[in-house]
Amino acid sequence: MTNIIKISEKELAQFFNELKIITTFSESIWILAYTLTLVLVVTTGVLVIVWLERKISAGVQQRIGPEYAGPLGIIQSLADGIKLLLKEDIIPAGSNAWLFTIGPAIVVIPVFLTYLVIPFGQNIILANLNIGVFFWIAISSVVPLGLLMSGYGSNNKYSFLGGLRAAAQSISYEIPLALCVLSISLLSGSLSTVDIVEIQSKYGFLSWNVWRQPIGFIVFLISSLAECERLPFDLPEAEEELVAGYQTEYSGIKFALFYVGSYLNLLISSLFVTILYLGGWKSSIPFVENFIQNISINYGINESFDVLKPVLDIFTTLSKSYLFLFISILTRRTLPRVRIDQLLDLGWKFLLPIALGNLLLTASFQILSIN
Amino acid sequence: MLLFDVSPGMALVSAVTVIRAKNPVHSVLFFIPVPRNTSGLLPLSGLDFFAMIFLVVHIGAIAVSLSFVVMMPDTKIAEIHENILRYFPVGGIIGLIFRWTNLETLGNLLYTNYSVPFLVSSLISLVAMIGAIVLTIHKSTKVKRQDVF
Repeated sequence: MTNIIKISEKELAQFFNELKIITTFSESIWILAYTLTLVLVVTTGVLVIVWLERKISAGVQQRIGPEYAGPLGIIQSLADGIKLLLKEDIIPAGSNAWLFTIGPAIVVIPVFLTYLVIPFGQNIILANLNIGVFFWIAISSVVPLGLLMSGYGSNNKYSFLGGLRAAAQSISYEIPLALCVLSISLLSGSLSTVDIVEIQSKYGFLSWNVWRQPIGFIVFLISSLAECERLPFDLPEAEEELVAGYQTEYSGIKFALFYVGSYLNLLISSLFVTILYLGGWKSSIPFVENFIQNISINYGINESFDVLKPVLDIFTTLSKSYLFLFISILTRRTLPRVRIDQLLDLGWKFLLPIALGNLLLTASFQILSIN
Repeated sequence: MLLFDVSPGMALVSAVTVIRAKNPVHSVLFFIPVPRNTSGLLPLSGLDFFAMIFLVVHIGAIAVSLSFVVMMPDTKIAEIHENILRYFPVGGIIGLIFRWTNLETLGNLLYTNYSVPFLVSSLISLVAMIGAIVLTIHKSTKVKRQDVF
């Protein structure tokens, strides 16, 4: 049996070697396959996050939450998604149909693009760019444009105000975020996400960047919550003031795009917290990785370890980032919403000076340590 | 490379549309493809950091703040009738200046010999930002302020 498989493998290899034109084609197909896998996994992740959010919120408020669709109501979010897909797509009268349609796409596409630079493991990354973290910041600065477009295109005062608020909020919180990332990249001497994680790998949880950048960590956490427009900072969608902000006129799949985009953004933020401050896929117990590697080499189970390692990596990354998802869901249920002036005050007068000071401190300590 | 031909072409087309669009909001939105297409060219020549800088500065900062300003007032589109040739002399002169002066030497000097002063000049905007924040934080008794909330 194995013989037959080996022979057919050889024949297949010869067959593909003869068709040399196809090699570039097949490579591009493989790129598509990787990308599709990531997109599918990430979208499934959104379904899980929505379910988690509803279950945890229900727990906080002593309700049961989704229960009937599947065990523990786990298919509930899938059912909701299908319902949104099949709903009628309404374009309001007097709206700018082009802007109205393009808006949600421009909000979601950058968020999907950001997953290019997220390392889930040592080699489990789509593109290990030299400028990984900066890529995230640059791409996510496109999002407010989509919000403005959809707010303007809806021909609705509430939508327009919501869009303006959303753009103002994400502009003002982008700066402290970028400054925190800058101090991290000063510490690790690289902008690549893989390098940043590698540098935190020496002593388990003791070498995490949280201990070296406590101020930056807190500022990053707060401003990433604000970037995702999560409660306590969900001013653009404040129901009491703005109906639903820029989402007011949307229905069906376009509304679902906004919804998916916000949850994807939340996942991205918590993944980046993990990568920048909590040592990414590296195990949090000191020296355990070397220990396991030694055991696997000594007892000759190296091959199975090669299979097990990526699974462990992905598990570590995801468990760390889901911790932050849990924290943000809890914040949503425990903290009241801030006012718009308080929000902008917090961004410009508190977080920005602190982030600047943090950057200056980091830079001067770096210079001292070099000298 | 096909991309080398297509991207600048799209950038040029959208740049012309920026000038010719009747609705000012449309002209701001047509400004977005210009830096996007030009920054798409930069990674092909190995300048990926600059491509990202282009995106951040031109789309993230300039386009967003421009559309912020332009979307607010209620412009009557029918009233805008402009002579195409009105701004042609000024634009032509600026274009000719760029054509005649040796931009490459200027760039070389700025990024090599005078790189430090060039970087320091960016601190001016940082000072401006800090100044604006300090103005709003500082509570002095001499200045009468509006206390809204």
